[in-house]
Amino acid sequence: MAVVFEKTTGLVAGKETHYCPGCTHGIIHRLVAEVLVELGVLDKAVGVAPVGCSVLAYEYFNCDMHEASHGRAPAVATGIKRVLPENVVFTYQGDGDLASIGTAEIVHAAHRGEKITTIFVNNAIYGMTGGQMAPTTLIGQKATTAPLGRTVEHSGMPLKISEMFATIHGAAFIERVSVDTPANIRKAKKAIKEAFKCQIEGKGFSMVEVLSTCPTNWGMTPVDSLQWLRDNMMPYYPLGNFRRPGEDE
Amino acid sequence: MLFNIELIKSRRVNMAKGKVTFDRDICKGCELCVTACPVNIIVMDKTGINAKGYHPATVNEMDKCIGCANCATICPDCVITVERD
Amino acid sequence: MAKVLMKGNEAIGAAAINAGCKYFFGYPITPQNELPEYMSKELPNNDGVFVQAESEVAAINMVYGAAGAGARVMTSSSSPGIALKQEGITYIAGAELPCVIVNIVRGGPGLGGIQPAQSDYNQVTRGGGNGDYKLLCYAPANLQEMVDLIQESFDAADYYRNPVMVVGDGMIGQMMEPIEFKEVKSTRTLPTKDWATIGTGGKRKPNIINSLALDPQELEYHNHKLQKKYAEMKEKEVRFENYNVEGAEVVMVAYGTTSRIVKNAIKLLEEDGIKAGIIRPITLWPYPEKAFDEITESCKCVLTVEMSEGQMIDDVKIALNGRFPTDFYGRSGGMIPTPEAIAEKAKEIVGGAK
Repeated sequence: MAVVFEKTTGLVAGKETHYCPGCTHGIIHRLVAEVLVELGVLDKAVGVAPVGCSVLAYEYFNCDMHEASHGRAPAVATGIKRVLPENVVFTYQGDGDLASIGTAEIVHAAHRGEKITTIFVNNAIYGMTGGQMAPTTLIGQKATTAPLGRTVEHSGMPLKISEMFATIHGAAFIERVSVDTPANIRKAKKAIKEAFKCQIEGKGFSMVEVLSTCPTNWGMTPVDSLQWLRDNMMPYYPLGNFRRPGEDE
Repeated sequence: MLFNIELIKSRRVNMAKGKVTFDRDICKGCELCVTACPVNIIVMDKTGINAKGYHPATVNEMDKCIGCANCATICPDCVITVERD
Repeated sequence: MAKVLMKGNEAIGAAAINAGCKYFFGYPITPQNELPEYMSKELPNNDGVFVQAESEVAAINMVYGAAGAGARVMTSSSSPGIALKQEGITYIAGAELPCVIVNIVRGGPGLGGIQPAQSDYNQVTRGGGNGDYKLLCYAPANLQEMVDLIQESFDAADYYRNPVMVVGDGMIGQMMEPIEFKEVKSTRTLPTKDWATIGTGGKRKPNIINSLALDPQELEYHNHKLQKKYAEMKEKEVRFENYNVEGAEVVMVAYGTTSRIVKNAIKLLEEDGIKAGIIRPITLWPYPEKAFDEITESCKCVLTVEMSEGQMIDDVKIALNGRFPTDFYGRSGGMIPTPEAIAEKAKEIVGGAK
């Protein structure tokens, strides 16, 4: 028998994550790490960790890492990539980091066509700080700062980041994926690989929005969370590609 | 389940032989692997708890494993190593 | 080397490039725009990169990234923009990275005005951002000094692995003076940047640029490490200029362009038979406390003169430790003090002309 699956060298060996049981961060970290190894760029990868549950991502990826302040990872990545254009620079951000405090930084990184890759982990809630409403929290979804559930009148409709970025010329690759089933996880990995290739080929800014779960703050089991994602997030945040290199402005 | 195992068996497709190894003490008992296994052989070991205090995932009927690696694909913690013929 | 006549803001840019600065990330704000404009034109001609960021917040974070990647990098702004940068600055200090930040101070608080001021003293010497950290802070009084200090600041930043701030004001930014760009000779032994995130190359463990330490004891040890640096700065980096202090009846304390106006006031007071001197801090942090040891018993009062409502006066009082009475003269909002008005104030203190 041959080994067909084992822990990738893109993740630090022997390091267990602090993430909750069933948290999809673990899956997404692994996909990014596998892609960096398979593309042969782990040795020149530099990642930027956000503020959020994945604030400690710098302990898990087996490459040089920066810790950024909340929302600023795309600006930090811009500084790194402008100094080291031959390196592969990525940011890994949650929905509070990217879609709330960091909206200016991510939009402008895409707008300038910075050759970085952003992994956007969308779980419709603020995880690390205990379950507050995020810009991506769904209508009716309860959060600690929306105890009766989000309403349009008070907070507006949830932000569709991939759709927004489809209009930005410098954004060369924008795709939304999910990690709720093995099949979708494999598709997500393909998209992440395409996104990094986009950077390596110098085509511009690339981003993969990954629909994710937060069992702890959604108040469900990990298995039920995957179902909730399918039933509630997928209809509002459809999977698919929103922008590929060479497409119309 | 994710695909119809009886249908596949009835077509006499030669199923691969697989083997999975669980790193027992790093499992967090999330049960995602249980839902992903197409031959339904993953169970949570209720007879004991691991170093973290969870019932870890395990397989008792290894001869039924087809080495598809769905379990390892969905595992957030790289608990599972998969081998296949 | 020949002298060139240059505008302050542009001279800063030229000095930085001369010192090996290759990266500049900035944002427009009056009265420092000539500096990013100069860098946008000259950096590409010098193997460098200029990016106009989407905000001062983004700019300082680009600096943070570039500094972590091992580069000589600079940003500039003016008071309200420096306020925006505070978060980034504390991260850079906490992560022990080098960079140079130029602050061309304008009237405040809030949006304030665009005329010169010195009302950022607290912002630059008391941290400004959260946590226990300090910036090595230079306050030149003329363009030659500005250029020399800019060149020094990159070396100091690399040596200490700490942000260095150079404080000017609208006058220094806009004035034109003859400047000589000397060959940069480093007086410091600079360590190699083996901590930089340039990729592991498969040869070493990952480098991590970080200011987070959740374990309190670990964070305390980290703070002690930072404090050691600041102690070394206090010991080695103090700069000041004393003029006419020994035997003076009034000792004035002023920095930057205000110090030049004070020197004119000293001349006026001399005509009235009053001996006045000036202590001119060149580093705002570490503050030149020992400069105050030169004040003699003849001194009736130490008069702090600032383009603010009184910020440096606190450090003057700390340095004096009650040995002499203190007083303050200031203009704020962008108003410039005149030598006559300063001389009048000094005369009041000594009880009229002699």
